[in-house]
Amino acid sequence: MGYGNPPDEPETGAGSDAPPAVRPLSATAGHVVPTWTSGVTDNALAEYLLRLGDDRLVLGQRLAEWCGHGPILEEDIALANISLDLFGQAALLLKLAGETEGKGRDEDALAFLRDAVEFRNVQLVELPKGDFGFTIARQFLFDAYSELCYAELARSTHAELAGIASKAHKEIRYHLRHSTDWILKLGDGTPESHARVQSAFDDLWRFTGELFESDDVDRAVAEQGIGVDPSTLRPRWRTRVEAVLAEATLRVPNDGVMASGGRRGRHTEYLGHMLAEMQSVARAHPGAQW
Amino acid sequence: MTSPESRASSLDSSDTQWPLWEVFTQEGQGAPHEHAGSVHAVDAEQALQNARDVYARRGKIVSVWVVPTASITASTPDDMGPFFDPGNDKPYRHPQFYKVPRGVRVY
Repeated sequence: MGYGNPPDEPETGAGSDAPPAVRPLSATAGHVVPTWTSGVTDNALAEYLLRLGDDRLVLGQRLAEWCGHGPILEEDIALANISLDLFGQAALLLKLAGETEGKGRDEDALAFLRDAVEFRNVQLVELPKGDFGFTIARQFLFDAYSELCYAELARSTHAELAGIASKAHKEIRYHLRHSTDWILKLGDGTPESHARVQSAFDDLWRFTGELFESDDVDRAVAEQGIGVDPSTLRPRWRTRVEAVLAEATLRVPNDGVMASGGRRGRHTEYLGHMLAEMQSVARAHPGAQW
Repeated sequence: MTSPESRASSLDSSDTQWPLWEVFTQEGQGAPHEHAGSVHAVDAEQALQNARDVYARRGKIVSVWVVPTASITASTPDDMGPFFDPGNDKPYRHPQFYKVPRGVRVY
């Protein structure tokens, strides 16, 4: 499995397959068959759910790397808690993605048996954990985005997604409170902590553009009221991030060239290494139960 | 939320050991807050978050109090005699002669 240049794979967005195969997911779960099935292909919805799930799976893994390495016992526990929340959310989203896709892949198959080119997470979440300031700055940028996104997803016309998002949103509100508090402490702390967290924001900034990119998949699910068009979240995200950085005496980096590609399977060099570690047991013992 | 000044000063210290806070959790409306343990934190907001992670993540906690350990005044073992002498020879001191109305929960 190559972790080098991604092959020229076909785009898996909406419209890449001809007639939409409509498959009401929730019919078996006792829900009223939702109206979202009309017009959106399972293909687009599965792709959208993969993006949501992969963001949380990859970030959960990065946070898990802090286990036993936190700056103090209590923070070690806090990071592990957030990591576990993200894994829980990822498991539900990937399970739903697999059911929607209809190829018999469950959440474990999606997490452990896909290569980097098949992952749909934004590049922001796959960057190595760096120092504590970097991890917290990344978490804050992502939490601020997630909080806005999942508040809307909780009102999705897709009953199962709305249920997952509603539960996740409670957890995300706590994550944001935690990361915001730390940005204020580090930014307005010592000269050392200020310099480190400012440098983290400077390095991370070019990975924030991707959070708000939208393509045919996003627009298709947004038009049906199933998903959120990420581009609509940007103004509120910007306002929120600017306010916290200002209070933390930090400078908002200039928008420059933005990284892109994660949603299409184009990743940084870091994701392949992370997956090699994360998937090693599942790859060595295919089909094992644990 | 603390003021910027106090945030800075709380981290300026060369002492890397953060202050200790005592945690009290309440398991339901009307139940007493009970001592659950302690956490390190640089301020009250962080103490609350840490207490939530360590003591209130599972279970049915509805309220958490955090108190700087330094704010607590405790009795000492030397107080055993004069402080806690139960006075069993003075039964009139014990409120056990009252009838408890039906329907009142006795703790």
